[in-house]
Amino acid sequence: MTAPRFPVGAPVRIRRAWPPGHVRAPWYLRGHRGEVCAVVGDFGNPEELAYGRRDGAKLTLYRVRFRQTEIWPDYAGPTADTLETEIYENWLEPAA
Amino acid sequence: MSGDHDDDRHHDHGHGHDHPPGQKHPFQPDLEDSPLSHYQLLQMAVAELMIEKGVFTGEEFRRTLEDIDSRTPAAGARVVARAWIDPAFKARLLADTNKAAAELGIDAGTIPILTVENTPDTHNVIVCTLCSCYPRLLIGLPPDWYKSREYRSRVVREPRQVLAEFGTAIPDGMAVTVHDSTAELRYMVLPMRPAGSEGLDEAALAELVTRDCMVGVTLPKAP
Amino acid sequence: MSIDKTGHLRRHHDMGGLPAGAVDRHEHDHAPWEKRVDAIMRLLSDPKRRILKVDELRRGIEELGPGVYDALGYYERWIASIANILIEKGVIEIDELGRRMAAIEARHEAARAKGKGA
Repeated sequence: MTAPRFPVGAPVRIRRAWPPGHVRAPWYLRGHRGEVCAVVGDFGNPEELAYGRRDGAKLTLYRVRFRQTEIWPDYAGPTADTLETEIYENWLEPAA
Repeated sequence: MSGDHDDDRHHDHGHGHDHPPGQKHPFQPDLEDSPLSHYQLLQMAVAELMIEKGVFTGEEFRRTLEDIDSRTPAAGARVVARAWIDPAFKARLLADTNKAAAELGIDAGTIPILTVENTPDTHNVIVCTLCSCYPRLLIGLPPDWYKSREYRSRVVREPRQVLAEFGTAIPDGMAVTVHDSTAELRYMVLPMRPAGSEGLDEAALAELVTRDCMVGVTLPKAP
Repeated sequence: MSIDKTGHLRRHHDMGGLPAGAVDRHEHDHAPWEKRVDAIMRLLSDPKRRILKVDELRRGIEELGPGVYDALGYYERWIASIANILIEKGVIEIDELGRRMAAIEARHEAARAKGKGA
């Protein structure tokens, strides 16, 4: 297993990229900043598996937590509300 | 599926494959008095061809269908009820849900399920915005609304409003956490044990646990 | 898919955060043919066979395109994707699939006619 690039607690940003094809980083999170809350493990890259390519290198998968007020400019709920999701390492970059 | 081979409506298919009499016919049309849709025809043709080519057997097909039917929210409810009465089990459930379910004789499969716990501070709700990921082997097939455009679009952005549509009000003093199942995990909510349920046994507790409270759009039933 | 005002591609299935109406809580019982679609996918993707991966199923559904995605029901999208990918992989030939669909339709129509005549 490759050592995870981002430890639990690391501030991360979902990369601002909008490629076509089968990607699992939701559009609404691109460019948004969150914090790694868990390292899930290493898995096959869905961007390869979706096209029948099964032998590629694995990617580390993380659970990332976001504040809802950071994602949605008009979020009406409390600032404590959060959203958590799983993001593959290729979609993460360090955030300040 | 209704009907077995003694039902004489289906004796003259001419489909050319044999199976023991009395066994349910796997290719029975759903509505005998309507034409089959393109997609029903596609399903039936794919199934027949897969069996003829030996990709899977008719028996495997039947057993898989029975397995699908056997998966209901009752399994998840048992897991929740056990977690409510046994703190050590609850800890194991939160650490490894599939393994904990196996302690109760439930085969939750190999895709890892993560149980997220409701607390006095936090209410959890589950969605898959990109498709329909759902802990099927533990709580059965997802309802239509879970797969709908409306739920998938809105619950990440306005969870409290969506919960209100389900009759669930979360006070502002509690945080709402939405889990978007985008990748390898499936999620189940462990609701808080309802007030006033202290005297109930495990089976009675399980009766309070609905499918919807394990997705997080509602709370368990009151005792 | 659509190009938003900043010029970025958003694919049609990637709908988190988009405006939408009230959630319709009505549920339909799964028809037998729908469960058979589910069973087909479970078998094709199980460890014994690994003919299809769930990632391929999802990709095939996403590639159906926005109009088809919205017009089709959930398991219609699944079987459309499964059939397309089986064709791509050469597990099934288009010709045999078409012939079998026609044969099943003919059987069904004959049974219907007989049932009405009986």
